[in-house]
Amino acid sequence: MVHLTYFFAVYGSLINFIGINVLLALSLYVTLSAGQLSLGNAAFAGIGGYTAGILTTQFGVPYLLSLLAGALMAAIVGFLLGMPVLRLRGVFLAMATLSFGEVVRIAAINLKITGGAEGLLGMPAYTKTWFIYLVIAVVGYFLSRLRYSRAGWSFESIREDETAASAMGINTIYYKTLAFTIGAFIAGLAGAMYAHLNYIITPGEFGFSAAVNLLIYCIVGGSRVWYGPVFGAALLTALPEILRGIGVTAGPIRMFVNGLILLIVILFLPNGLISLFQRRRKVAVSVLAGAGIGDN
Amino acid sequence: MNLFLQQLVNGLFIGSVYGLFAVGYTLVFGVLDILNLAHPAVFTLGGLTALWLVETAGLTIFQAFPIAVLIAGLLGLLLDRVAFAPLRHRADTYFSGLISSIAMAIMFESVALGVFGAHTVRFPANTVTPTIWRFAGITVTSLQVEIVLVAFLLMVGLTQFLKHSRTGKAIRAVAENERMARLLGIHVDRIIAFTFFISSALGGAAGILFGLYFDAMSPDMGRSIELKGLAVIVLGGMGSIPGAIAGGLAFGLSEVLTVAITGTSNLRDAVAFAVLFAILLLRPSGILGRSRMREA
Repeated sequence: MVHLTYFFAVYGSLINFIGINVLLALSLYVTLSAGQLSLGNAAFAGIGGYTAGILTTQFGVPYLLSLLAGALMAAIVGFLLGMPVLRLRGVFLAMATLSFGEVVRIAAINLKITGGAEGLLGMPAYTKTWFIYLVIAVVGYFLSRLRYSRAGWSFESIREDETAASAMGINTIYYKTLAFTIGAFIAGLAGAMYAHLNYIITPGEFGFSAAVNLLIYCIVGGSRVWYGPVFGAALLTALPEILRGIGVTAGPIRMFVNGLILLIVILFLPNGLISLFQRRRKVAVSVLAGAGIGDN
Repeated sequence: MNLFLQQLVNGLFIGSVYGLFAVGYTLVFGVLDILNLAHPAVFTLGGLTALWLVETAGLTIFQAFPIAVLIAGLLGLLLDRVAFAPLRHRADTYFSGLISSIAMAIMFESVALGVFGAHTVRFPANTVTPTIWRFAGITVTSLQVEIVLVAFLLMVGLTQFLKHSRTGKAIRAVAENERMARLLGIHVDRIIAFTFFISSALGGAAGILFGLYFDAMSPDMGRSIELKGLAVIVLGGMGSIPGAIAGGLAFGLSEVLTVAITGTSNLRDAVAFAVLFAILLLRPSGILGRSRMREA
C-alpha cells in the first residue's frame, strides 16, 4: 500500500495526462471511423476548456455543469463547422480543419476573456483521477456500442467508400456531421476536464502540434477499434517516462524514437500496434482490405 | 505613403521566400496528390546545413549555398525512398503518406535538435556584407535584392524546366496520369524520386534565404512556415507552380499590410488562415488552379 501511494505521488500527474490524452484520442477516433481526417479536435478541446474554465472561474458555475457546457459548446461549433467543411475530402478537409484550429488559437491569444497569450488562470483542481477514468469507461462503452449500431455501420461504409455508401442510400452528409459532432463533444469534454486539472490553460496547448499528436496516437494504436487509440495515447504519453527508465534522457532521442515508431507502424502495421494483439484471422482480413489495388 | 511603400517592398521580399518554399511543396502535391509534411523539416535542415558549412567548414555563403541545396535534395530522395515509395500502391496512400511524412518530419527535426541544440542560431555577422540603398524614402539592402533574385531565378528556372525539358515533360505526364505515363515508357519511380529531389532542394534553398533574411534559425523554424506554406499552395491552387509563386507574394503582402493597418502583429496569421479557410470553402481549386473535384 505504501508502494502504491509512492507510485501515485510520483506518477499521478502522468496518469492524469494519459487519461486526458486517451479521451482526446477517442474523440478523433470517432471522426476517423467515418473516414474523415480532422485536425480540428485540439481546437475543440480548447473551446471546451476555455468555456468550462471561464464558467467556473468567472461565473461560479458548478464543475459538472461547466463540463457539460464546455462539451456542448464544442459540439455546437463542431456541428456548425462540419456542415460546410465536410464537403471537402481527404487532405482538403485536413487543411480546412487545421486552419479552423489556427483561427481558434489566434482568437484565444487576442481575446480578453480568454486571458490572451498568458492563458486562462485560476481553475480549481476539480478533476480527479478516478473521474477521468470513469469518463473514459463511459465513453469507451458508448463507442463500443456505437460501432455495431446503425450509425456505426454507416460510419464504416463511408470510411470504406463514400460514393458507394451514398449510392446504397446512406445519408453521408448526416452521418459525417454526426461523427464530427460526437468527436467535437468528446474533445470538448476532455478539454474542459483538462482545464480543471492544471490550474492554467494556454492557447499554444491546443495548436497544430497538439492536433498532430492526437492523429499519431490514433495511428500508432490503430484506428479500426476503439481501444486502439486508447492504447496509442497511453503508450506514447508514457513513452518519455519509459525511455527515462531505461536511461535515455536526451530530448532529441525521445523525439526520434517517437517518429520512428510512427514510421514503422504506418509502413508495416497499417492497423496500428493493436493489430498485433488481435486474433490472426481478423488481422488477415483487415490487411486485405487495406491493401487494395492502388489507382489514383 | 513612404511607410506604406516600404511595407509593400518588405512584403515582396518575404513573399518571395514563401513562394520558393511553396513551389517545392506544391510540386510534390501536383505530381503525387500527397501532402509532404516533411517539407518544412527539409527547409530547416537546409538552412542549418548552410550555417554549419559557413561556420564550421569555413566556406563562403556562395559556396555553401549550392552544397546545402544539394544536401537538401538528397534528403528529398531519402524521403521518397523511406516514407513514400513503400506506400505508393496502398489504397489509402494519401492518408498513409501524410502520416509517414509527419514521422519523417519528427525525425528530421530531432536530428536538427540533436546536432544544433534548441537555441536560436544565426549566420556569422560577416557572411554577407549588405550595401544599403535608399531612394524615395525606401530602404533596400543588397541582401534583400539578392534573396529576391535567387528566389525568382529558381522559380523561373523550375517553370521553364517543367515546360521545356524532357524530364520536365515526363514529370508533368506522371502528374497527369501515372498509369498512362508508365505505359508510355516513362520510368515513373525515377521521375517521382527526381521530383522529390527538386522539391526538397528548393525547400532547402528557401530555408537558407529565410535564415539570411531574418538572421535567426532554430530547429523548429519549419513550423512557423509550415502552415503559411499550406495557405499559400491552397490560395494558389494545389499543384500549380505559378499559383504558388503568386500566392507566396500575396501572402507576404497580406502579412505586412495586416501589421501596418492594425498596428500589432497579433492578427498577422489570423488573416492568412481566415483566407485559407474561405478559399477552401468557396473555391477549393484556388485562384489559379484548374478546377476539378477536390478528392485526394
